[in-house]
Amino acid sequence: MTLGNWLALFVALVTAAEVVRALRHRALRRDQWGRRFFRLRTTSWGLGILMFLVIVALVAPLIAPFDPNRQLDIVHLTNQPPSWTFLLGTDPLSRDVWSRVVYGARVSLGIGALGALVAVALGTLVGAIAGYYRRWIDAALMRGVDVGLALPRIFILLMAVALWDGLPFAALVIAIGLTSWFGTSRLVRAEVLSLRQRDFVVAARALGAGSSRVILRHVLPNAAAPIIVAAALGVGNVLLLEAALSFLGIGVPPPDASWGNMIADGAPGLYTAPWSTFFPGLAISLVVMSLNAVADGVRDAMNPREDTT
Amino acid sequence: MTLVEVQDLVKHYPGERSWFGLGAPRAAVRAVDGVSFTIASGRTLGLVGESGSGKTSVGRTMLRLQEPTAGKVLFDGNDVFALDAARLRALRRRMQIVFQDPYSSLNPRMTVEATLREPLEIHRLNGAVSALLEEVGLDAAFAKRYPHELSGGQRQRVGIARALSVEPQFIVCDEPVSALDVSVQAQVLNLLADLQAKRRLTYLFIAHDLAVVRHIADDVAVMYLGKIVERAPAAEIYAQPRHPYTTALLSAVPEPNPRATKQRIVLAGDMPSAAHPPAGCPFHPRCPHPMKSDRCRTEVPALRPITTGHLAACHYAQSPMTLADAAHQPLNRPRHQ
Repeated sequence: MTLGNWLALFVALVTAAEVVRALRHRALRRDQWGRRFFRLRTTSWGLGILMFLVIVALVAPLIAPFDPNRQLDIVHLTNQPPSWTFLLGTDPLSRDVWSRVVYGARVSLGIGALGALVAVALGTLVGAIAGYYRRWIDAALMRGVDVGLALPRIFILLMAVALWDGLPFAALVIAIGLTSWFGTSRLVRAEVLSLRQRDFVVAARALGAGSSRVILRHVLPNAAAPIIVAAALGVGNVLLLEAALSFLGIGVPPPDASWGNMIADGAPGLYTAPWSTFFPGLAISLVVMSLNAVADGVRDAMNPREDTT
Repeated sequence: MTLVEVQDLVKHYPGERSWFGLGAPRAAVRAVDGVSFTIASGRTLGLVGESGSGKTSVGRTMLRLQEPTAGKVLFDGNDVFALDAARLRALRRRMQIVFQDPYSSLNPRMTVEATLREPLEIHRLNGAVSALLEEVGLDAAFAKRYPHELSGGQRQRVGIARALSVEPQFIVCDEPVSALDVSVQAQVLNLLADLQAKRRLTYLFIAHDLAVVRHIADDVAVMYLGKIVERAPAAEIYAQPRHPYTTALLSAVPEPNPRATKQRIVLAGDMPSAAHPPAGCPFHPRCPHPMKSDRCRTEVPALRPITTGHLAACHYAQSPMTLADAAHQPLNRPRHQ
């Protein structure tokens, strides 16, 4: 680690903390939405950690002291424990773990966010249509979901790999998204089924509101809490799925680093060099916990009843 | 002039099919089983019945909030069930609904203003939210509030304002006061009466309580198990009920004078399941009429005029039951209160 790297890391940390503090300050003064969002202290922490990781991913070249894919010295520098030079040690191929974690944030956060977005969007769409229109549309969609849930996801993804032969990033995101929405659609459908019977939904229809308006303005906002929680948990699941895929050798192709394939690569050396699996694992856990904290905040913010005045 | 005409309306809720939708369906629930009535412009029809009698289904099916099984509804000459989507939407402006439960009838995520602005947007009207609030007796400051910040009566006023926002001619009031405190009930009833006078509204007023209907209805129809069993001008039905069920309902109306002696008919048992209605007269298993006979068990009584304008569906409507008669029935012993 050079002085420049330390400085960049410090600036990233301070920026994240200050931005969250400023946001919180403004939100608390201004509107109810913000007040409800920041009601729990953990939300601020989660937001801060996520923001820090995003900044790190964006300015990775400034923070990482080494090229993440370079084998520094395959003879003398394998499995080095953490030190001031190699902040998180080196892996069995003598690559700097810190640099790989920093660069891996780009890949992992990207896949996690986009994959979960695709999954939740699809799941919400299918669940809302099935729950709102009922009848044969519901039956057809839900039988499809049953099939999707019954088939092992890894199997579907292996087939996708066989078709593509080495997945590009976009294809990986789409493949993960397309196989992760089944649970969400069930959840959304159940919410929509109960909401569509509620009087305010009937009232909207009596006023002449069309289906899309009823779904978008009356049904889905009231189903937002479980959807948001599903999305937050979904990001964690996608990160873990990506790790599992990397473990099978079909995730992010080497030598590029993702947190998932770092865990996979480091697993054989778990006893000699635990740091090369521990730190990417810690990063995944941090993201999942922070997301849950932020999801709690969003859920509270979406519900006007949570007001504490 | 007739504004609303309901002809032989039927609404059955089909039974669930067992075996993942492949087996034989269970018996359908016959919520509404051949109901007919007309409401003249500017008048109020009170529709009375206990829970499960199908009165709410009548209101919702009439507005085509659910599809009917059979029958016809004419609104100002338009066949409501035959309209395509665009013309139905246009017609929705003219007929509205006010709900029973003011807690579930407002979207909890929308402010009062957003709730009232939505219908104006849908129909591209130039109404003002503040004027609507004022019309239902709420301060304009309520516009910024969320439903959970309002009391039951205030919410119900917002629900009424929402129905008024599209300037309807006809409003189905689906037990609009039964979820409210008694003191608030009177205020809301008065508000509905004032609005009717001011805007020349026509109401279908659904209630489970004849006392409430008495204040507002011109005509009263009594429903039991999906059928109308008696229909008459309000004064007439209170003075001389022709159906034993109506007599029993009237005996349950609270008497304001504490010294007055009052007999009450307590009907035996519960209303039968609408999935398996009894043969013959639907009311016969609980009927306290002294002349009840085998005919009641086998032959369905038709809704027929007894005197001019007074219809009843009882084989013995010519000699209506009195409270004293009910006393002789072992199951329906009147209670002195």
